[in-house]
Amino acid sequence: MEGVVKKFMFVNRKAPYGTIYALESLEVVLISAAFDQDVSLAFLDDGVYQLKKGQQTKGIETKNFSPTYRALDGYDIEKLYVEREALEARGLAEEDLLVDVTVLSRQEMGALMEQMDVVLSF
Amino acid sequence: MLHIINKSASDRNCLDACLAVAAEGGAILLIEDAVYAATRGNAAAAKLQQAQGRLKVYILQADLEARGMADRLIEGVTPVDYGGFVDLAASNTCQSWL
Amino acid sequence: MGSIEINGKSLETDEEGYLVNLSDWTEDTAQFLAQQENVELGPNHWEVINFLREYYTEYQIAPAVRVLTKAIGKKLGPDKGNSQYLYELFPYGPAKQACKIAGLPKPTGCV
Repeated sequence: MEGVVKKFMFVNRKAPYGTIYALESLEVVLISAAFDQDVSLAFLDDGVYQLKKGQQTKGIETKNFSPTYRALDGYDIEKLYVEREALEARGLAEEDLLVDVTVLSRQEMGALMEQMDVVLSF
Repeated sequence: MLHIINKSASDRNCLDACLAVAAEGGAILLIEDAVYAATRGNAAAAKLQQAQGRLKVYILQADLEARGMADRLIEGVTPVDYGGFVDLAASNTCQSWL
Repeated sequence: MGSIEINGKSLETDEEGYLVNLSDWTEDTAQFLAQQENVELGPNHWEVINFLREYYTEYQIAPAVRVLTKAIGKKLGPDKGNSQYLYELFPYGPAKQACKIAGLPKPTGCV
């Protein structure tokens, strides 16, 4: 296996808390960091809500896992891509997000997806 | 009649389905991922605002806060806490748009 | 599920001895858990324990060992940010063992 680096993309399309997808994806991402692969995270559709600033989950008695996205940098996961049209349709802008991201159009996102060796869908 | 929606309007068609059927004078309660529909700039917000003449719209505040959207609630939507949720459910016949 | 008894108070742990409730942790808890692990806590241990608790507060996860090592190096200097130093302090693994003593859950991805 040594020396074989594959391009992985985690595609996140669900809002946090309402379903388990966002948290599951984040945990797999953290585990995958141990394997020194080329990891990208893509946030499409409702997935962009995962990165919204200001989440306060005390009222729903659920763990707020949004601060963990800010730890990804320390795990050498630095490629975060967000769909521009998804932000716009939700009244969000880049400054509403709690981490630095690269904003891509749908078309650019599709092209990037084509370059991947493995795509994991959440 | 109380219509409860818990799915995001940009992921499922529950809000549209509900708005198409709900009779005048009823109420809608948005919970969980459905709360996003009542936030400023959301594509679904206009539909809710249009419906406000004939339906009363409530939203569960804790779900709005959890998602970091409390400062973006559109006008005319009434936030409720869990106690308010119970009161609404107890005083109405409920339809959940699962 | 298990539990430990500290100062007459019973604290819930998981099957591997990690505290279930982060808020149950006190310095006495750390002393007790360290004793169970045969680790005598000195200032250098506390430095790592406090670092871990701060990391958890900020990011809501227990860091993987590689991440911890790098982050400690950044904050406390290269002579502390290396695995040899950290394994000397916590022989069963700086992430696994130190996290347990610090009252954090087991790091994600740790087996």
